[in-house]
Amino acid sequence: MDSFFVITSLLKIVGILVLVLSMVSYAVYAERRVSAFIQDRLGPNRVGPAGLFQPIADMFKLLLKEDFTPRNVNTFYYWLAPCLAVMPAIITIAVVPFGSTLFGIPMVIADVNVGILFVFAIASLSVYGIVVGGWASNSKYPFLGGIRSSAQMLSYELSLGLAVIPIFFLVGNLRLTSVVRYQIEHGWFIAPFVGHWTNPWKWLLAFPMVISFLVFMIAIFAETNRLPFDLPEAEQELAGGYNTEYSSMKFALYFLGEYAAMITGSAVIVTLFFGGWHFPGIPDGSHGWIFGLINIAVFFTKVAIMIFIFMWVRWTLPRFRWDQLMRLGWLFFFEIALVNIFLVAAILPYAARL
Amino acid sequence: MATITVPRPKLNWRERLYLPAIVAGLAITWKHFKNMLLGRTKVTMQYPEQKWDSHLPEHYRGAPALVRDEDGRVRCVACQLCEFICPPRAIKIIPGEIPSTDRFAKVEKYPEAFDIDMIRCIFCGMCEEVCPEQAIFLRKDYAITGFTRAEMVHHKEKLLEIGGVMHGVVLKWNEKK
Repeated sequence: MDSFFVITSLLKIVGILVLVLSMVSYAVYAERRVSAFIQDRLGPNRVGPAGLFQPIADMFKLLLKEDFTPRNVNTFYYWLAPCLAVMPAIITIAVVPFGSTLFGIPMVIADVNVGILFVFAIASLSVYGIVVGGWASNSKYPFLGGIRSSAQMLSYELSLGLAVIPIFFLVGNLRLTSVVRYQIEHGWFIAPFVGHWTNPWKWLLAFPMVISFLVFMIAIFAETNRLPFDLPEAEQELAGGYNTEYSSMKFALYFLGEYAAMITGSAVIVTLFFGGWHFPGIPDGSHGWIFGLINIAVFFTKVAIMIFIFMWVRWTLPRFRWDQLMRLGWLFFFEIALVNIFLVAAILPYAARL
Repeated sequence: MATITVPRPKLNWRERLYLPAIVAGLAITWKHFKNMLLGRTKVTMQYPEQKWDSHLPEHYRGAPALVRDEDGRVRCVACQLCEFICPPRAIKIIPGEIPSTDRFAKVEKYPEAFDIDMIRCIFCGMCEEVCPEQAIFLRKDYAITGFTRAEMVHHKEKLLEIGGVMHGVVLKWNEKK
């Protein structure tokens, strides 16, 4: 391992960390504004121009609040849980290619050959933050929230995994960079208008890809505990769920974890279905550093659009009931994803030939 | 006990698919979002910059205030009826005697001090109703604020400043009558 690799990797890590954390704080601001606009309100618009400094004010508020630890909690796990909630969401982004190349350096922190498996493995850990937090709080509502979270995770992890299998049928390996590479050559999975768009089999293949995308996105909604699947939080039923007993920065860490998971989830969706950093007509970073920067900008624009969709859905749909959620997961999406795999497998020989 | 069986509506396949309903819902929220973004929806009033002042109805009950008459005399004759009627006992009056050399000597009394504790005041308007001299009125000031309790007590000067001059209505203390 040469020092060049170590230094560039460290730079990338620091850059992505700063970017993701600032995106988190502005996602919170965006969430408040979007929700307000959808409900015909204005939202925070006082701090700075159009309320753009609101995240800074929020940060100071959260930092200066009393960090209260209830007497009857299991202190060690109570302190550990918020960290467990944030850590997986931020680590997952390491394998997602957020740009092509910049000065010849690939814009991905770790281009591991088990890419998507790494994403699933680490993202599933985020449930521990919630379950441990709910258990350690030693209180009814957080406990129920934690239990709900684990059950929800079980019902959705399956369809999450199965939904992406068709993609890797086509790509041939699990590296996320090769997923992007494949989409540049053959068109985005969700809309193959790049490449051989006249080939009817390509369009036929896009149909199961849309199903795949819908199942995957709904599973990601459940994975990140966003509405309509925010049962672990469920303010109305569970008084805030797993974070009821938390205050100050520990509560903020849960919040951060949720939004970081949302960003990571959006990044994964964009990479898998929307061609990652690719946009038709824009060459990759080997044609000049300016294109490398544009590629990164394209990626994060797509992520921002996905985040907007997350918020849009959140402020449109009501929460699912507990049994409805389990039924959807086990009896509906699991089967759809499974059938979809066979569908793609049936189309694939024809599509590959042409 | 009678049992009522509520019939569940039979859903057709399109309704059971949920997706059309979800898309319709998304369309509605998008419409609201877009209209708000383009500034077509105007619901919120930006309070400290925009105020209700010009929209307040005639009968609005704001802060109570003392008024002067055309001659610049404080109308209040310190009868203390408002002090007695005030449900939260917000009003405190110390009456004083008008010297016999004064132009309005026949009025006899005037309020030496007239304090209304605005923390206590409930804006009920009973002082206005009970006043035989029409000397106290509820004006349209509604944002009464202060940093201390002492600051929230309106003294006579403050009350007169809010009240201003009221013309007509009661003319019985005119010295020529």
